[in-house]
Amino acid sequence: MDNTRHISSSNGPVDPAVAGLMEGEQTFETVSERLASIVLRQDKHKLPWWIMLGIGFVMYNLLGIALTKLLLYGVGIWGIDEPVGWGWAIINFVWWIGIGHAGTLISAFLLLMRQNWRNSINRFAEAMTIFAVLCAGIYPVFHTGRPWCAYWLFPYPNILGMWPGWRSPLLWDVFAVSTYASVSILFWLIGLIPDFATLRDRAENVVVKKTYGVLSLGWRGAAEHWQRYETASLILAGISTPLVLSVHSIISFDFSIGIVPGWHTAISPPYFVAGALYAGFAMVIILAVPLRKWYHLEDYITPKHMDWCAKLMLTSGLVVLYGYMSECFFSYLSGNHIEIRMMELRQFGPYGAAYWFLILCNGVIPQLLWIPKVRFHNGWLFFISVVVSIGMWLERYVIVVVSLTRDFLPSSWGYFAPTIWDILMYAGTIGQFIFLFFMFVRVMPMINIFEMRELVHKTHGHVHSSAEEHSAATPVSLPAQPAE
Amino acid sequence: MAQVFSPVSNTIARVVMFCGVVGPIFTLIVGSAITRSPYNTNVGVPIAQPVPFSHEHHAIELGIDCRYCHTGVEKSGNPGMPSTQVCMSCHSQIWTDSPLIKPVRDSYRENKPLVWNRLNWVPRFVYFPHNIHIARGISCNNCHGPIQKMMITYKGKAFWMTFCLNCHRQPQKFLAPRKDVWQLYRDIQRYGYHLAVDGKPGLTPREYALAQGKYWENDGTDLAEGEALKRAYHIHSAQLTNCAICHH
Repeated sequence: MDNTRHISSSNGPVDPAVAGLMEGEQTFETVSERLASIVLRQDKHKLPWWIMLGIGFVMYNLLGIALTKLLLYGVGIWGIDEPVGWGWAIINFVWWIGIGHAGTLISAFLLLMRQNWRNSINRFAEAMTIFAVLCAGIYPVFHTGRPWCAYWLFPYPNILGMWPGWRSPLLWDVFAVSTYASVSILFWLIGLIPDFATLRDRAENVVVKKTYGVLSLGWRGAAEHWQRYETASLILAGISTPLVLSVHSIISFDFSIGIVPGWHTAISPPYFVAGALYAGFAMVIILAVPLRKWYHLEDYITPKHMDWCAKLMLTSGLVVLYGYMSECFFSYLSGNHIEIRMMELRQFGPYGAAYWFLILCNGVIPQLLWIPKVRFHNGWLFFISVVVSIGMWLERYVIVVVSLTRDFLPSSWGYFAPTIWDILMYAGTIGQFIFLFFMFVRVMPMINIFEMRELVHKTHGHVHSSAEEHSAATPVSLPAQPAE
Repeated sequence: MAQVFSPVSNTIARVVMFCGVVGPIFTLIVGSAITRSPYNTNVGVPIAQPVPFSHEHHAIELGIDCRYCHTGVEKSGNPGMPSTQVCMSCHSQIWTDSPLIKPVRDSYRENKPLVWNRLNWVPRFVYFPHNIHIARGISCNNCHGPIQKMMITYKGKAFWMTFCLNCHRQPQKFLAPRKDVWQLYRDIQRYGYHLAVDGKPGLTPREYALAQGKYWENDGTDLAEGEALKRAYHIHSAQLTNCAICHH
């Protein structure tokens, strides 16, 4: 376990690109110790962790109840009916998928852009992405009404002589979401390998050591390993980056190919993608604020990180606000009385309150982020992020429900109201998200340990150790597995 | 600290990786094979009936027309099963003491219909009318296999949707003149299972294949005939593959 190396903090000026990304006196050892001990020692998880896990567990069970009832009685237990056939299931699906997007942006896009500030937030943001996609995936599968036939959506060699789901836009979602989920999981797991090796080396319990040993796939920290790791993560980042834009664009097509007024607009893809990033950064902040407080990670997730996340949230929020305005503008400009009527209905119809509340949540309150003090204040950041999450949910509610309540035939007009089962299922997926996230915090390092060591190298000058360890391919030498 | 893993771990890791790739593929292939096997479809598996009725004996050896018993086949969607009275129209005269057909006599006496065990099913959301298929020259054997050869009736083909769609997508390959439906059994009676060769009379290749329960697709001159029949029958392929043509 000889991995302590002497680090001098006075060796040359610090690169301004990485200034402020790590605070306190840090060495390789302090970074490894503080981040690995969160996983290896139960006493690091105090009351807040138990409370969150408990809340998540109880709500997760609500999902089980809601799904059991759904399987026994069918989708009629939801509030959906003619003419509103897409209720909370689609709203929540879009909401969850959107939340995942910030994780991919941080882990893939910012990697390609060589943004060092992603290092301390990418791991839990990727976990957030994966758990959000898992929550999202439940909805369309069960919304089909016959989830046991969900495999019909795949093009598989069958005895039907055709692929039943092949003509439905739902198929696009299947490919978009399954690609997104598999690439995200792969990227996440590959990034975890060097950290699993660190945990393996630091673990004292044999079972824990063996578990992380298996997960680390024989990682020894050799230059060859690092070279392959860097190549693989660059390739996966290259694959993931287009997904940031494509997945939610495809989801927006589900709406925009329909001839339903209010859905049939060309602005949908960029508007949906911006909304996804907006909600995603809000969720990153919602998770980061308590994590850094409860686990004393202020040295690694610094005010600078929070500030930049908030700035990105504000930027994407402005794009979303622009989307609202242009949607409104083009409706009135179109001269199409049905489009105009739909816009009036959104703003002043029976669901008008939801529209104005969404403008308040997504358009007005986040403008507070222009004030630097707000961006550096945990409480405000948390509050604004929760408000944005609510606003983004309302946005999907307004899009889905208002357009559908007014069918082309006035005789078919109707209203939508959720039932208790809609609400329980939504609460259930939130519970699943919380439960999985806090289980993740318990068993995997929530901050990328080896990238933080790399940051030590960049922020605190160069490591004074034997010259042969300064290989170009090894950003930082990991503690090597002792040879036999 | 001692080594956590022993050298055998390498082998275990390789086996796990191998199974992780091969296992799912293997499972899918085996699952598909079981789905398509007689274990699932019952194709070629005879089922016990109250009376061991032989289609071969009645249809070929005796030359009784299909329509004598399945009276509705040309006129209605349901071909119909013969009533006990139909059986007794002959069996009141012949084999009157045979123990094999005692259930038929009992049924006649007690006025209770025979309960045959049904072999061929389409799902309840599929509508299959026999009459239109007969009217377009689709032989019984196209779907029921070599029915005229069966001593105990078994299922001749699995009624998968791909089986139905194969004809519906390219009807010209399967269409035949209407008279051919019944001509097949007369020709089998007359010539036996022999192909017509060198001017010697026999079954046409199409009849020969159908008599064996094999698939026959028109090609060459037959295909031209099929195209002509398709026009004569006013068949539109696009209509035939509309979902609502069978599911309604």
